[in-house]
Amino acid sequence: MRSTFCAVVSRLCWLTVLLPGSKAFADINMPVGVTPISKEVYGLHMLIFWICCVIGAAVFAVMFYSIFKHRKSKGHKPADFHESTTVEILWTAVPLVILVSMAIPAAKTLIAMEDTSNADLTIKVTGYQWKWHYEYLDSGVNFFSSLAAEHNEARQVDSGIDVSTIDNYLKEVDNPLVVPVGKKIRFLHTAADVIHSWWVPDLAVKKDAIPGFINENWALIEEPGIYRGKCTELCGRDHGFMPVVVKAVPEDEYLAWVAEQSGAGEEAETVADGDAAEEDTDREWAMDELLARGEKVYTANCVACHQAGGQGVPGAFPAITGSPVAIGDVDKHIEVVYEGVAGSAMASFAAQLSDADMAAVLTYQRNALGNSVGDTIQPSAIKALR
Amino acid sequence: MSTATTEHHDHHDDHGPAYGWKRWLFTTNHKDIGTLYLLFSLVMFFIGGGMALIIRAELWQPGLQIVDPLFFNSMTTMHALVMIFGVVMPAFVGLANWMIPMMIGGPDMALPRLNNWSFWIMPFAFLLLLSTLFMEGGGPAGGWTLYAPLSLQGGDSFAFVIFSIHFMGISSVMGSINIVATIFNMRAPGMTLMKMPLFVWTWLITAYLLIAVIPVLAGAVTMLLTDRYFGTSFFSAAGGGDPVMYQHIFWFFGHPEVYILILPAFGIMSSIIPTFARKPLFGYASMVYATASIAFLSFIVWAHHMFTVGMPLAGEMFFMFATMMISVPTGVKVFNWMATMWRGSMTFETPMLFAIGFLVMFTIGGLSGLMLAITPADIQYHDTYFVVAHFHYVLVPGAIYSIMAATYYWIPKWTGNMYDEKLGKIHFWISTIFLNVLFFPMHFVGLAGMPRRIPDYSLQFADWNMVASIGAFGFGFSQLIFAYVVIKCMKGGEKATDEVWEGADGLEWTVASPAPYHTFETPPTIK
Repeated sequence: MRSTFCAVVSRLCWLTVLLPGSKAFADINMPVGVTPISKEVYGLHMLIFWICCVIGAAVFAVMFYSIFKHRKSKGHKPADFHESTTVEILWTAVPLVILVSMAIPAAKTLIAMEDTSNADLTIKVTGYQWKWHYEYLDSGVNFFSSLAAEHNEARQVDSGIDVSTIDNYLKEVDNPLVVPVGKKIRFLHTAADVIHSWWVPDLAVKKDAIPGFINENWALIEEPGIYRGKCTELCGRDHGFMPVVVKAVPEDEYLAWVAEQSGAGEEAETVADGDAAEEDTDREWAMDELLARGEKVYTANCVACHQAGGQGVPGAFPAITGSPVAIGDVDKHIEVVYEGVAGSAMASFAAQLSDADMAAVLTYQRNALGNSVGDTIQPSAIKALR
Repeated sequence: MSTATTEHHDHHDDHGPAYGWKRWLFTTNHKDIGTLYLLFSLVMFFIGGGMALIIRAELWQPGLQIVDPLFFNSMTTMHALVMIFGVVMPAFVGLANWMIPMMIGGPDMALPRLNNWSFWIMPFAFLLLLSTLFMEGGGPAGGWTLYAPLSLQGGDSFAFVIFSIHFMGISSVMGSINIVATIFNMRAPGMTLMKMPLFVWTWLITAYLLIAVIPVLAGAVTMLLTDRYFGTSFFSAAGGGDPVMYQHIFWFFGHPEVYILILPAFGIMSSIIPTFARKPLFGYASMVYATASIAFLSFIVWAHHMFTVGMPLAGEMFFMFATMMISVPTGVKVFNWMATMWRGSMTFETPMLFAIGFLVMFTIGGLSGLMLAITPADIQYHDTYFVVAHFHYVLVPGAIYSIMAATYYWIPKWTGNMYDEKLGKIHFWISTIFLNVLFFPMHFVGLAGMPRRIPDYSLQFADWNMVASIGAFGFGFSQLIFAYVVIKCMKGGEKATDEVWEGADGLEWTVASPAPYHTFETPPTIK
């Protein structure tokens, strides 16, 4: 008898304490995460959750007891009391005590969260509409990270693609952030255009990326793995389509990755002066070549506002087709894309696109999407601006 | 006194309303204006609800099927603006217009012409706001909080949005001044402050909140306007401004606004629960003090909406502790209502059903609010569907249910007819079931990592989003029952008695049903 009772109690304890963090609850509860902070946060979350459940259960028990017992249809006669200093003091004081007991562990965790000192490496995260830029301040490695192409295609209105066939739909990027496990990583957050927010639930890291400001926080990842997150501050049309992917690897693997990235030639996508980028910039490009590359660049960087057909969104985002900029003076066109337009959603693409990419997309805009100016813009012309 | 004047001097008791549209356009009668506000709010409720259904239709399954993401964003933005400024606030002002003079034994509002004007600004304000949806570039799409610099992107409809917010603000401030003036000047002799019904008390405090914070909002949006059109850089870091400053100013308005949307609801509950429990309200004085404490605290917790913007540790601590404190006076209120029900003699007509629905679900929303106050946990909850679930639990079964409860409770007094009790109960049960199907799963997807304000989501959120969408359509369409019951009751029905409810207490129940066009021209005697 006694042993059955113990078994039931231990089963119940197991259910309430362990299960909410297990896989079975992954779709309806906060992840436990993989950093010391995320585990503390999860603990706080479950503690306050159970406190709320107990308070709720007590309140509802009294309320529903009264609703079932003290009803006129059962012949209950109304009492006439309408105050009691004792209970009123009691139900002011008891919640206060509960709050203080909750505030102390919460404050401790908060202090730990804000302590970014003695970091092993620092990564600057910059939010753009609608992608992330990562810069490893210690090694200089830097790159953009945006929604993977397959996902980007599938998520268009009427794409005709069944999104349920796509693995990790909207959670995959072209270039994930690679970080070492067991190291204290300090993140610096800022933005180039509007406010974004960089969130990875498994790291319990969420910080707003604000233009003109640099915020910081940190994570120490304990287990290798791929951790996925999202932008959580409304940042315009494609706010829902700028995921975060963090790939945590053992330190030696990380160091090898860094060496590979900072080594020569691997990165045509960045403005790092590798040999390949150098070569792309210096040679003469043919129209077809520019158009082919320009279409890719346009799809990745311009369609969100200017639309796939170049028609724009009247009143919000100008059209490319027939636009006075895109069919007019070439220097003005370069200036708009290179420097952006102050006070509008048009950002400067100087840092986002390589010389070849920018030349290609400019040429594409002038000779496709219903435009046919006939001129080409060479990467060397963009290089001359830098 | 000449004969001519005597002849033309209508005796006020016989002075009924004018006929036709002029009655409504030129009226200075608090009951007519109350009716206008309430009907306006009902119309806006369906417009704002329609927007919510567009949102839930797009979120029915992953992938983009129906709308462009930009239009989706303008739907979330407009849904919030319409529901807050076009539904809840006007409905409360309408109830204040109808009930406050009758509750304090006054003949009308203190400033009747101002009253007319503060209503008639509203339809134009919303015409301006809704017209932006048809302009080039579409309506506002940066969220109802209009955070800079995002809100400064987009089309020239922005200027219309700012002006419409100014109009709504002017209307609210005028309405509030009127309510304050009425409560301080129009009370019947003997109606001391501590004898006023709690609805009057909560509205008095709400009116002060409005007068304090609406100008702050007006200032913030005007700075947005000059940033957009006149080259200032209040909120642009590139020009020496500060985007976070906008958020501080906005939420200094925004948090008291949250209580503007709920304090009158507390007053309504404090009228309805004693009536159907047939027992006086428990802890009247502590209710008044709790309301005042909540109002005070509402001014010093604003930055809990901004725990991720990078505040200093001391700031985060302060706002965490201050926010947790709010649960104390709010708890006192819930406990007082429970104690009012305790050992009463309860019946469960529709107003009481909505009141109990309020009590249960507002408590759920309050408890998730306590969870959100814990800053380290809030960093995980912030800007996810968990927050969406929280504020819909306090606003829909909170503010909206209180308005519906008030309508069922007082409509016999307004129209002289009883509403259809059976349909009212059906409306309550269908609404309550679908409401929970709609909002409860949002807690789950939020905790599991779904950000708010996204038109498309990853596959692990698909099931609960579909459930929520089913709830949304069920809840939305069941409100047609409400509209039907209200219209039916306005047209006729079983005649209501003067007292209407067996346990009713208060001056409004001493006048005839329907309430005559002018009441209490001779002040009543207050015991």
